[in-house]
Amino acid sequence: MLFAAFNSLQAQQRFPKPEFKTEYTQPSPTTPEPRGVGMEFVDVALLILVMSLTAWFAIKKRSRKGILWLTVFSAVYFGFYRNGCICSVGSIQNVALALADPKYVISLYALLFFLLPLVFSLFFGRVFCGAACPLGALQDLLIFKPITIAPWLRKTLGVLPYVYLGLSVLFAVTGTEFIICRYDPFIGIYRMNGPYLMILLGIAFLLMGLFIARPYCRFLCPYGALLNITSRFSRRHLSVYPTKCIECKLCTTACPFEAIDFPDSEKERPDPKKSTRRFLLFLILIPVLMAAGGWIGSKSHVFLSKANQTVYTAELLISHPELRKDPLNLDIQTFLASGKSLETLTEEASAIRDKFYVGSWILGAFLGLVIGFMAFNQLIFRRKNEYQANRGTCYSCARCLDYCPVE
Amino acid sequence: MNRKIFLTQSGRWVLLGGLAYLTGHIFFKRKVSASGKYVWQIDPFKCSQCGRCATQCVRDLSAVKCVHAYSLCGYCDLCGGYFKPNTLSLNTGAENQLCPTGALTRKFVEEPFFEYTIDEELCNGCGKCVKGCTSFGNGSLHLQIRHDLCQNCNECSIARLCPSDAITRVPIETAYQIKGDFINPALIKPKG
Repeated sequence: MLFAAFNSLQAQQRFPKPEFKTEYTQPSPTTPEPRGVGMEFVDVALLILVMSLTAWFAIKKRSRKGILWLTVFSAVYFGFYRNGCICSVGSIQNVALALADPKYVISLYALLFFLLPLVFSLFFGRVFCGAACPLGALQDLLIFKPITIAPWLRKTLGVLPYVYLGLSVLFAVTGTEFIICRYDPFIGIYRMNGPYLMILLGIAFLLMGLFIARPYCRFLCPYGALLNITSRFSRRHLSVYPTKCIECKLCTTACPFEAIDFPDSEKERPDPKKSTRRFLLFLILIPVLMAAGGWIGSKSHVFLSKANQTVYTAELLISHPELRKDPLNLDIQTFLASGKSLETLTEEASAIRDKFYVGSWILGAFLGLVIGFMAFNQLIFRRKNEYQANRGTCYSCARCLDYCPVE
Repeated sequence: MNRKIFLTQSGRWVLLGGLAYLTGHIFFKRKVSASGKYVWQIDPFKCSQCGRCATQCVRDLSAVKCVHAYSLCGYCDLCGGYFKPNTLSLNTGAENQLCPTGALTRKFVEEPFFEYTIDEELCNGCGKCVKGCTSFGNGSLHLQIRHDLCQNCNECSIARLCPSDAITRVPIETAYQIKGDFINPALIKPKG
């Protein structure tokens, strides 16, 4: 009798609903509410406010103190209170996925977090990095004794953000995973909760940051790579001195990020004939580097696509058919239970792998372009008569303003 | 206007145009939801109780908890979600209980009914009871992401590894999918 109501696997009514003789009423399951929608627009408003204030403090008011307090605010509000999700850095992936996947719907909130700092950087420089970014804020507050990094090393490591950016977009558009979020070093600290490795990575970065100022921002942050480009075209930008540089070099010792360019009087002027030849050589070199990068990228697409869960399962089933009998392999057991055929899975996997093939060509070519441009940039002689913040790498933290003796 | 200023200015407009194009593209293709907030949730009918919810969440103690859909259940003494299969005696001894953390407790209501409750401080979302309940009972115990605990990560680290793709982003209005009916809503075909 008990099994009278047994239908199918999906309809799981095997036993009748209870009827109580006593005055017992059934409780209902609780459903704690998620954080409200309205709060997200408070976040956006605060982001705009913090960036506007940073721009004002950096450009007009020339106040390091103001920016310092904004940094503290961002670390407390965007970091510890709001727990860091979603942030502008991670929103790159949402935007990339929205562009690639017809079914994915991005929330306006994520889109604004992606756009606003970029738009601000086109007008005022990297004010987002200066005080609004919670990841940067934590590192900025913990700079203890910054060391100088040799320019060749600094510039070489400067390629890493572009590699990270390219990889994260590749993994996002193929629907594989969001690597920026998965390897975000500071989110575990902000939540004061998280996997052991995530916290450890965060602490490692902070300890490194005591001596190498803002290591994540400078040598990894993919959003910083974007801002580095947009900020070069900014309408206004923090200026070290209010009137005229007296070449006291104090700002260069104040800047922990080595983001202050030296005047050209300290550099040797290159021989114009020689430099024209090198200029042309590098111009030819860029397409060669792009082609080489694309070729190397395409060679690695099989390896990269292994990160995708569908490709991984399909490969595992084909190369190790004996694993079908392994009751502990969850991916394979769930696939077998789902009733999907191996042909369908293989088709899906090869479609994803095709995307990886095209994507890794583009990724390789992009990295070739970046490396070519960076080398090319070294050759261009830009006339500079005074010490000035580099628009690409300056975070608008305003430390140099405090040191500048010019009134 | 010298060459440098001209290049900077035109570069700025090109980049602004690019951002505007990108935004327009996303808006035009209706890929943005203006009021929309999305939260992660488990489809209980897709869930295969693999146990990864207990280990893959970014929180120490998973934000996935077992939920009891009370109206669905027969509350019988021989609860497949409460007792291990082939237990020697049906009593509340720890060796008989399925739940590894002792989060699932029951209270006698009347013959033969019990009220089953889950202590969320103890539940780790392993889904052992869900497996038992789905295999031998009505399936009233099922896993749900609790939104007071969930950090609403940009990408749910459990969803990434969920073998049955049961975790998806759902609109905030339908933040919970409590089993209210006996039948999988996906299996009901719309009339007409």
